[in-house]
Parts: sequence; structure tokens; C-alpha cells
Amino acid sequence: MSENPDLKGTSARAFHCDLVARAFSWIRPEPWGIHVVPADCWIDPARAVDRALVTHGHADHARGGHGQTFATPETLAIIKLRYATSDGAVPVAYHETITLPGGVKATWIPAGHVLGSAQILLEHAGERILVTGDFKRRPDPTCPPFEVTPCDVFITEATFGLPVFRHPPTQHEIAKLTDALAAEPERCVLVGAYALGKAQRVIAELRAAGHAQTIWLHGALEKMCRLYEDFGVDLGPLSLVSDAPSKDAMEGHVVLAPPSALNDRWSRRLPDPLTAMASGWMRVRQRARQRGVELPLIISDHADWDELTRTVTEVAPRETWITHGREEAMLRWCELHQKKARALALVGYEDEGGDD
Amino acid sequence: MEAFAALLDTLVYTRSRNAKIAALARYLRDTPDPDRGYALAALSDGLDFTAVKGSTIRALMRERVDPELWTLSRDYVGDSAETASLLWPEPEQVLGPPPTVAQAVDALAAMTRTTVATELPALLDRLDAEGRYALLKLATGAMRIGISARLAKTAFAQAFDVAIEDVEEHWHGQSPPYTALFDWAAHGAAPPDTENLPLFRPFMLAHAFEADDLDLDAYVAEWKWDGIRVQAVHAPGESGTGESRLYSRSGDDISASFPEIPASLDVPCVLDGELLVRGEAQGGKEGGAASFNALQQRLGRKTVSKKMLREAPAFVRLYDVLQIDGVDLRPLPWAQRREALESLLHRLDPERFDLSRLIDVPGFAELAALRENARDAAIEGVMLKRRDSPYVAGRKTGLWYKWKRDPLLIDCVLMYAQRGSGKRSSFYSDFTFGCWDGDPDGEGQLLPVGKAYFGFTDAELKDLDRHVRQHTVNRFGPVRETDKSLVFEVAFDSVHASARHKSGLAMRFPRIHRIRTDKPAHEADRIESLRALIRD
Ligand SMILES: [Zn+2]
Ligand SMILES: [Zn+2]
Repeated sequence: MSENPDLKGTSARAFHCDLVARAFSWIRPEPWGIHVVPADCWIDPARAVDRALVTHGHADHARGGHGQTFATPETLAIIKLRYATSDGAVPVAYHETITLPGGVKATWIPAGHVLGSAQILLEHAGERILVTGDFKRRPDPTCPPFEVTPCDVFITEATFGLPVFRHPPTQHEIAKLTDALAAEPERCVLVGAYALGKAQRVIAELRAAGHAQTIWLHGALEKMCRLYEDFGVDLGPLSLVSDAPSKDAMEGHVVLAPPSALNDRWSRRLPDPLTAMASGWMRVRQRARQRGVELPLIISDHADWDELTRTVTEVAPRETWITHGREEAMLRWCELHQKKARALALVGYEDEGGDD
Repeated sequence: MEAFAALLDTLVYTRSRNAKIAALARYLRDTPDPDRGYALAALSDGLDFTAVKGSTIRALMRERVDPELWTLSRDYVGDSAETASLLWPEPEQVLGPPPTVAQAVDALAAMTRTTVATELPALLDRLDAEGRYALLKLATGAMRIGISARLAKTAFAQAFDVAIEDVEEHWHGQSPPYTALFDWAAHGAAPPDTENLPLFRPFMLAHAFEADDLDLDAYVAEWKWDGIRVQAVHAPGESGTGESRLYSRSGDDISASFPEIPASLDVPCVLDGELLVRGEAQGGKEGGAASFNALQQRLGRKTVSKKMLREAPAFVRLYDVLQIDGVDLRPLPWAQRREALESLLHRLDPERFDLSRLIDVPGFAELAALRENARDAAIEGVMLKRRDSPYVAGRKTGLWYKWKRDPLLIDCVLMYAQRGSGKRSSFYSDFTFGCWDGDPDGEGQLLPVGKAYFGFTDAELKDLDRHVRQHTVNRFGPVRETDKSLVFEVAFDSVHASARHKSGLAMRFPRIHRIRTDKPAHEADRIESLRALIRD
């Protein structure tokens, strides 16, 4: 969705912080990305640049057309799948440190968000700046967990930066899904899940909960699932809805589709589907209702409010900069806890409907 | 409380009415007493807890959450109870099992304005986010999840495989947690004993008459007066000193709006009739009843002024009798009930009760002719009742028919359209139309006269939606003004003078009868034609 009420430019408070934040002058947040000045690199830029450091493969962070793209091998594979190009791809393994022009060191550290997702640690002039990209703190069977890394400036996302967003335990939500299947075995449960990350995570969490049945996929999810499997993530038996011999074959089964397909004609081929959606936004009833969701599953690949605030506390940076999300509440929290913070007002990151 | 919270969420998220009924029925079957009874009450009528208000919740949250974070959250979520349920600080350790619905109800009922500040948090601390939401909704009585009393009764009937009419009859006079009602439906106990209470009995209803002929030896004809169908009841009551009530068709107690009716009834009986106001609009002097409009002025009032009682006195025109002196007459044929009603009449106050006259005609053709003239008499139409039919709740085929006079028709021009709700939210489906005030070929202007959002097919709706989008000349929020090019033939039951409308008119039950794409807008009717149909 393009309209984003929360990125409404620099607030008075952010402007004030801008004046006192001169110490880290070698890194400059611009509306279309974070500029690492001495290396002339951009982190997750929203426009094509000569040299991009990419945290993960979601479309609002990884775009095609850069001269060089530094990212984990998993993220590069995802970019190749999405943009059909690996020109200028420079793979960097987790924890490997590379030296960029101008003597800036960069290290990719697991962010626990999706396959290949990383925080990028930048070191220069005796200062450490960490960019989280997107992250979460709870376990995810499809990617290594977030690592707390000390730094001077912590540049964080705040997609769910409102105290109402407290994601319940994942097992609790998965049980809701399997209970719904069992309650009405003549129906199927159609789960809307983002094609990169959420879909594979829901499958892997179902498998971890002992669900061994075939899971049926919308065609748009197939290639990404295969990519995950190629990187060693076991997703168990998967079939395409288009290959189903009949509607009956899908009764009592989980069907996964991208959110856009939920209320689409496509779903008419399913046996009386119960519409579910796996997303952190499902925490708020009105949001779920607006999307016509009957079974909201609060499963998110982003840190919730408690994880965001705990992470700021654990990382204990000198300053916290907020890239995207609900920065007002995070700024308020930082103020209440005497932590220096500012909002960057970056453009181009998706809010609702994005990689939630 | 967990099961109730889960049910609440299912009802919030489920769109289909049948699925809602099924979910509620499942809950009622699986949940023990008294929880299910309280849940049922909370979902349908709401339980009233005087100590807990919206402001109570805000005050509790102010002590626990930074006000700025509260405001940001509340604005995002859009509902205070939900915001509070999400923001409530989880206690450090488990403080005991979640309360049952009954325990929560008892605790809430016992709270006072002073104790609520400690006792409500103690309950919230024992619940998870869904449970807290359910508790706060229960406490403030603000469920608003589309569960009407009718839907609740339907679910109850489905849960225990009993007839909805029986549920309606026995439900009345019972109070939460409805233990006697569940004993009857779930465990086969005798129905609750209500003989001495002035309770509502479900109405017998009529089907629309669509045939061309009817044997008037088997059926009796009677005018269908244009008021509201009511039931007047008198019974000894718990005290034995006598209690009277007046109920609307849905079983709502409307005694307070029409106190003169129950006040004048002192014979133990259950009467079925039409509530009317004295006047001459319907059936002239002999008809003795004012128009529906006159009655409407008195509907929905909590109290009634002396002036109103004097100027618009109400009375009941009796159609039927269900009970006299504790004897249930409903199994008897109509003819015998009618006899009983006629002989009861002298025991009733003639100022407040009269008898609906039967139409004496030799044959069906004469009846049809009479009905044609019913409009001039401002009467709604004709009722046809089988002479040998018992009084059965609900709408049973073949026993009672309503034969409404044909609707009035007028040609209007589409002026504004607004999007519908629910399934129609993507369509412009609410239409405002007008008639010409002045010469349509000269200086004449369209004056809005009514609004309709039904009467057309789904296919016609698509066409109308397209027409609106292609002919928009102005937008005001959700409303589009169209160029004045499309004519509707609008059907309606009657039209009344109204000071509230710019046109000075209010149409009753307007609906789109036909879309007259063949008719140019300037040939639509003038406001004078509509004004001429007023029968106030
Ligand atoms: Zn992402
Ligand atoms: Zn993102």
C-alpha cells in the first residue's frame, strides 16, 4: 500500500535529535535509503545505486538494478528468483566481515526475519552502527535467530511499534489453525501468507507441530518454497492446488495463498474455504474484519512491541534511529526511558500488506 | 471465560448468519449452566453492570499506561475495550485460573464505584488478551456484534432441536441465566411455569396472498388496519394483584409508550390486535382510526405527556384472543375464538378496545372490488383467515393471508447515490430520487422525495452502479450526485406530510419498482402528483 500515514516527514522531535546526532556524520539517512558516505554505499536503497548493501530479499528492501549488490547467498538467490538477474551479486556469509572503500567494515549478522535476512554492522572511525533491516526475536525454523550486537547507533525498524502489538506464542496460533481444520473436516482452511518468508514459516511451524498432511499451494508460492528447500529447509509434502485431482482432495487440508488471492475468484476451486490470514496486523480485530478474515492468525516475522523495546534495552546503543513503522510510540517510549532516539522518515518501505 | 471469549471472536469474524447461529448453538450445547445462560444474555440483550463504564476503563488504564502511548494505541485500534485488553500489563505470575462467565458476572454485579478500581483489575489479571476483551465487553454491555434477540433464539432452538416458537413463548419472563429454559430444552424438563405472569405469546403471522381466488366459505375476510400489531396481556402477576403489559410484534414491552392501554385492561386475557390512534383517516368516521403517521408520533417514547394522551389517544382494534381467565384458547378453531372474543368484549373498556369488523361479502369478486377501494379508506389491505385454523405461532402456510392493496407508483428521477454496506459495499446501491418542483422544461427543479435501496435485481444493481459512475457530476464524501437523466418508477405504500423533509413529504416503504430507461427525465412526475396522494 503506498499511503503510509506514519512517514509524514521529520517531526519536531526528530529534527531536534538531528542537531545533536552529528557525531555519526559518516552515515547519512536520506529519504530513499541510508548512505554510508565514505564507502559511497547505500543500505536497502529504494532506487538503483552503484553499490547496495541489502539486508534481506523483501521487495521493499531489495530492488533490482544496482551496480553491485552485497548480501547473503540466500538473499542473492531470492533476488535472482524475483528479478531474474545476478549481475553484480557479491555474496557475503553471516559473520564474514568485508572492507568497503573508505575503510568502512561491514558484517552481516542474522536478523531472524526470513531466510537469509541480516542486520548489517558498519564500523568506521571507531564507531559502530547497526542496521537491522527487518527482524524478530522469536524462534523461526526457517532461519537462524537474531543476534544481539552491541553498537553505538542502532538503526531499527518499528513495523509493530505500538504497545498493542504483542504477538501471542506461535504454537498458540498454529493450534488455532489445526483446531479449525479438525472442527470442520469437510472444509479447508485457506491461509493468506506473504510469498517470501511467511508462507514457508507457517508450513515449517505446522510441521514442527506434527502436521504431516499435504499442504496445498497457490502457484505464486511454489518457487519460493522450492528455493527454501534448496537451502535445506524441510517443508514436507507440498502440492499445487492446480494439480489437485478434485475439490475433495483438499478437504480438511491447509491451503496457502498470497493475501491478494484470498477473496479472489481463484478460491472458488477450494472446498468451502475458511479464510485465515497469518500476519501481525491480525492482532487488531478491525484490521482482520476489513480484510474479510474469519480466522486471524497472529504470526509475524517482525518484532512485536515487547521485542522491540527489549532489543533496544539489550543492545543498549547510544542512539536509536527508527527507519520505518510506527515511530511515534517508539520515540515516546525512548523518551520515557531516557534513551536518545530519532525517526528517519525513510520512504518506500511498506507498511500494511507488506512483509508482515 | 475462554470458551466465551472464543465464541465472541468467532461471532466478530464470521460473516454468514448461518455460521454465526451454528457457532452460538455449539457453544450453548457444550457449555454448562449457568455460564451459557449468562453468555446468551450478554450477547443478545446485554447485562447491565452499573459500576463499570467506559470511563472506568480509561481511568484504570491511565494508572497503568503512559497517556500518550494510550492515545496512540486507542486511535489505531479504534475501540477502548479492545485497546485496554491489548495494553493490560500481564501479571508477573499466574494469579489463579480464569474466572468462569458466572463468576465474572457475580463479581461485576457486586462491584461499586469505589471497589471497581481494585476488583476489575483482579479479574483482568486472571485472563489473556482475548479473555480481557470478552470481560470488558461483558462489563460495559457493548457487544455490538450483530446478535439480535431473534438470532439468539434461533441458535437456542437449533442447539437443542426445539421449535423456535416454543423458545419464544418460554423465553419470555425468564431472566439470566435462564436455567429453567435450559432445563426444559436440554434436559426435557417441564417448561417454565409462567401461567400467572403477563407474558408475551408468539404471534400468528400471515403469508402474502398471491392466488386469484379463494373459497370464502372456508376463509373469513377482515380489514388490515394500518397501525402496529400488538398483544395486550393481563395476568394476576407474582403479587396476585394484577399486572398488564402491551407487547409489539417482536415481543418488546411497549407499555410505557402507550400507558392508557395496559391501565385499562383488568380481565385476565391475552389479546391480539392492531394498535391505532383515534381519528378518521382510516375508514372515515366509522373506521375511527387516524393514519399510521399519527401513531408514529407516539412510538418509541419512554414517557407520554398528558397532552399527547388527550390529543392522540390510542386504542386496540382486536383481531383475536389467545387466552381468557387462564384458559388457553389457541388450539381452538378461529370461529370459536372469535365467538369467545365477541363475548369478552363487554368486559373490556370500550374506549380502549373495539372489535375488528369482518367484511361481509357474498363472494371473492366483491371482496376484490372492496379491496380496490381500500386505499381511499387508507386501510392497508385485507386479511384472509381460515375459519377452522388454530392460533399457531409463526407463519404457517394456508392458514392466514394478507392481501395488501397494490402499491402506489410514481416516476422519479435519480439524484444521488451512495455505496451500500456489507455485500454491496462496492456498489452504489442507496438511491435518492426526486420529483419536479415546477415546469421540468422551464425553471423547474428536482426536489428529493425519498430514498430506496431495494427493489432491483443483482443484474439491475450492476447497471445502476455503472450508471452512477458514468454520470457523476459531484462528490460529497461517500455520496455521488448524478446528472438528472435516469427515471425510476418508485412503488410505495403511502405518503404523509412531514415537516422534517425539504419536500414536506415522507414516503412509506419506497422501493425501486422499475428502472425506466425508456422514459426521459422531464416526463417524471411533479411534486403535486405525490402531494395529492397524502391521506393524513
Ligand atoms: Zn522484510
Ligand atoms: Zn520491511
